[in-house]
Amino acid sequence: MPDITESARRLAEIITKYQADYIEARLEESQASYITYRGRELESIGKTRAVGGNVRALIKGGWGFTSFNDLSDLASRVESAVKQAQLARGKKSELAPVEAVIDSVLTLQDRNPVIMPLAQKKRLLDEYNDVIWETSKIQTSIIAYGDSCKKTIFLSSAGSFIEQERADVTLRLAAIATEDTEVQQAGLSLGSRGDFSAIENLHQPAAEMARHAVAMLSAPRVAGGEYTVVLDPVLAGVFTHEAFGHLSEADFVYENDRLREIMALGREFGAAELSIVDDATLPERRGSFKYDDEGVPAAKTYLIREGKLTGRLHSRETAAKMAEAPTGNARALSYRYPPIVRMTNTYIEPRTASFSDLISDIKEGIYAKNWYGGTTSMEMFTFSAGEAYMIRNGKLAEPVRPVTLTGNVFQTLKNIDAIGNDLDMNQGGGCGKGGQMPLPVSNGSPHLRIRRCLVGGR
Amino acid sequence: MEDILARAGKVAEAAEVFMASSEETPVQFEANRLKHVQSKQASFVALRIIREGRVGYAVSTELNDRQKLVEAAVETAEFGIRAEFTLPGATAYPRTKVFDPAVESVSLEEMVGLGSELIDMVRKHTPEILCDAEVAKGTTLVRIINSRGGELSYRQTGFSLGIQGQLIRGTDMLFVGEGQSSCRPLSDTGAVAGVVLRQLELAREQAPIATKVLPTVFTPDGVASALISPLMVALNGKVVLQGASPVGNKLGEQIFDRKLSLHDDPTIGYRPQSRPGDDEGTPSQRTPLITRGTVAGFIYDLQTAALARKKSTGNGGRHHGGLPSPTPSAFIFTAGDTAFDDMVSDIKEGLIIEQLMGAEQGNILSGDFSGNVLLGYKIESGKIVGRVKDTMVSGNIYQLLKEITAVGSDARWIGSSVYTPSLYCPSLSVASK
Repeated sequence: MPDITESARRLAEIITKYQADYIEARLEESQASYITYRGRELESIGKTRAVGGNVRALIKGGWGFTSFNDLSDLASRVESAVKQAQLARGKKSELAPVEAVIDSVLTLQDRNPVIMPLAQKKRLLDEYNDVIWETSKIQTSIIAYGDSCKKTIFLSSAGSFIEQERADVTLRLAAIATEDTEVQQAGLSLGSRGDFSAIENLHQPAAEMARHAVAMLSAPRVAGGEYTVVLDPVLAGVFTHEAFGHLSEADFVYENDRLREIMALGREFGAAELSIVDDATLPERRGSFKYDDEGVPAAKTYLIREGKLTGRLHSRETAAKMAEAPTGNARALSYRYPPIVRMTNTYIEPRTASFSDLISDIKEGIYAKNWYGGTTSMEMFTFSAGEAYMIRNGKLAEPVRPVTLTGNVFQTLKNIDAIGNDLDMNQGGGCGKGGQMPLPVSNGSPHLRIRRCLVGGR
Repeated sequence: MEDILARAGKVAEAAEVFMASSEETPVQFEANRLKHVQSKQASFVALRIIREGRVGYAVSTELNDRQKLVEAAVETAEFGIRAEFTLPGATAYPRTKVFDPAVESVSLEEMVGLGSELIDMVRKHTPEILCDAEVAKGTTLVRIINSRGGELSYRQTGFSLGIQGQLIRGTDMLFVGEGQSSCRPLSDTGAVAGVVLRQLELAREQAPIATKVLPTVFTPDGVASALISPLMVALNGKVVLQGASPVGNKLGEQIFDRKLSLHDDPTIGYRPQSRPGDDEGTPSQRTPLITRGTVAGFIYDLQTAALARKKSTGNGGRHHGGLPSPTPSAFIFTAGDTAFDDMVSDIKEGLIIEQLMGAEQGNILSGDFSGNVLLGYKIESGKIVGRVKDTMVSGNIYQLLKEITAVGSDARWIGSSVYTPSLYCPSLSVASK
């Protein structure tokens, strides 16, 4: 494999020879392994290695970007990025000023899941598969394990030169139960920043997941309509991410005068109990890092504080155009993509209510847990629960089929009328935006109660 | 590649080398203005071996790292699946047209021109709209060789035009959009903008809708966003083999409306999903999946087909360079004979679904779907009266497609992998605020 440090030094030289308002480059080398099962049998096992890089140039507000995994002719890559930026140029370039950084954040020698023997990884997955298959009426199972390690070097015409390493582990388990023509499934997603032990000792939850898939076969469906809904920390985290997190990404807002009015700082979004935070400085979360992919230091950003909009997530460009401080949220999935504004670790701050406080005065409602997925169109969002139960007369009652919840973010945040005391972060998610998916993020929340939430059903 | 195959041949009973390299040039507009011009070069090589009866697999972007690649494949083969298949030997391929040299000669300036034209057309209709647009071209080279003498190589070009618009009034947001793609250069910006203008026209007014069961027309976009994913999963030979497909044991049975026919076809000229052979070197073919309501077949790759005692349908696809698995190329619904307007005028009170958000998040194996109507219209007395909001629909595609009132004559491509007409369904559960 070519040495990316050597290529990076050459690039740092080359970019000084070109005329542009700003030039940056990222070089990356990565290794990954994966093991998947479908049913009792292993489906695939493999290893990948990749080396690549990109150059991004800015001229009068227009960006040129070129990505490649052939590192042999770096000067021509820089040249084409600069030419492309020339073509895209408009009025003027705006980038929030940041200090040039020279730093090295090397972590892989302490922790690298990729170099663990495949046999050891496979043994654990075999155990989980056995646990799932011990449950009767299980038709099939899906197990998808993946790990990766990556070294990135960022350098810029402003003089930054940053080496960073990161590792990632993800595990998705699913059990599928069938009876006659009914097919039901239940799943479990976990992840960590390279720590394999985070996915060990899941035999108990895997067994519960399998039993839940079977229980769903005979569970009734919910009638569609408005309900008071209580979300568990996992689903509430997905809700935080989908319903509000994406709306706070400044690249949706900065060129959009109407959205800027809607997202004016100080606007009231929820009750005084509600605070939402994005924080890449949390230790050891999947969304954590020291510098983003523009070389900006990570930060903790309050998006909503005591119900009012207080901040948003920025790249250097969106921060400059909105005259706000950069937050270090420009992230790229890999060298193949330019950085765009992304979340990191996003959560609702805990308050005082216990779970029983939340449900005790609900006559008929739904307790929704775990997640299948979620998506947003800014104003409207939907997200799907992996498990759901009726709440009747203040108590948890019968399990029902998984539900999809939908709503309008502006109304729904105001309809959060109670926030629990049990913040928990979910590491199993991957976020998609602009074709860059899945980006490692984490999200979390305490239990939440939402009044008048629209639930799909028949 | 030949060298990798030779090295692998020394340590394995059979081997296959797959290489793909691509050059892609997207031009992107943001908030009505040109913002990014990009070029992306990428290549990777994948080695699949059969060693002591087991499959080993490794992928690298480093085409010269040959020995490392072989070593990694050998390491994984120790744990790999039992190979039940034989790699295809030398064979003839259909002459599927997927390369047009004219794509390469479209200049960046011309692409910028097309994007500006698209945005101008939409803004002329609605000046306050904010548009993102993308015009992209690309070329891919694919080559597969294996130790049984099989060899497939082809070049493919691609071109796409797309636009998305966002219109905000107060906190009300409307999203419209359309995209087209081909292996040949596209220049008909009017056709793309036309779809967007029609959406803007129909969504001009808002119309309240009640929580009840209503007759519903899924437009081609609506079919693609709500109904296709569950079918793609259910008709996948691997899901069938696992017993997880609700249609897996229904081969030859009529379980859909007789007006419905669906097939997979990677042989249509100049379509981005077409190719002479799949990612394992199996020749492309047209595969019937649903014929007049009867389940007619499933899609297979080599390994799944061998396990199911079937033949590969030429649907071995590699997602992100992974091991081949059954992958749809292009799902094509046969068009019907009912005009879209006739469907609408037949409905006293009903719903048109153009974009359903979140439909793919539920338990798609069961066919259940539930989603927010991101773009949809209310029908009153045979006329479209406006856009619906805060509305959710739920259903099960197997119940829904068992009996449909009409299939539209308006079939068109949605994205690169779905070709569908509008479908008129007699009843769907609607929940609204």
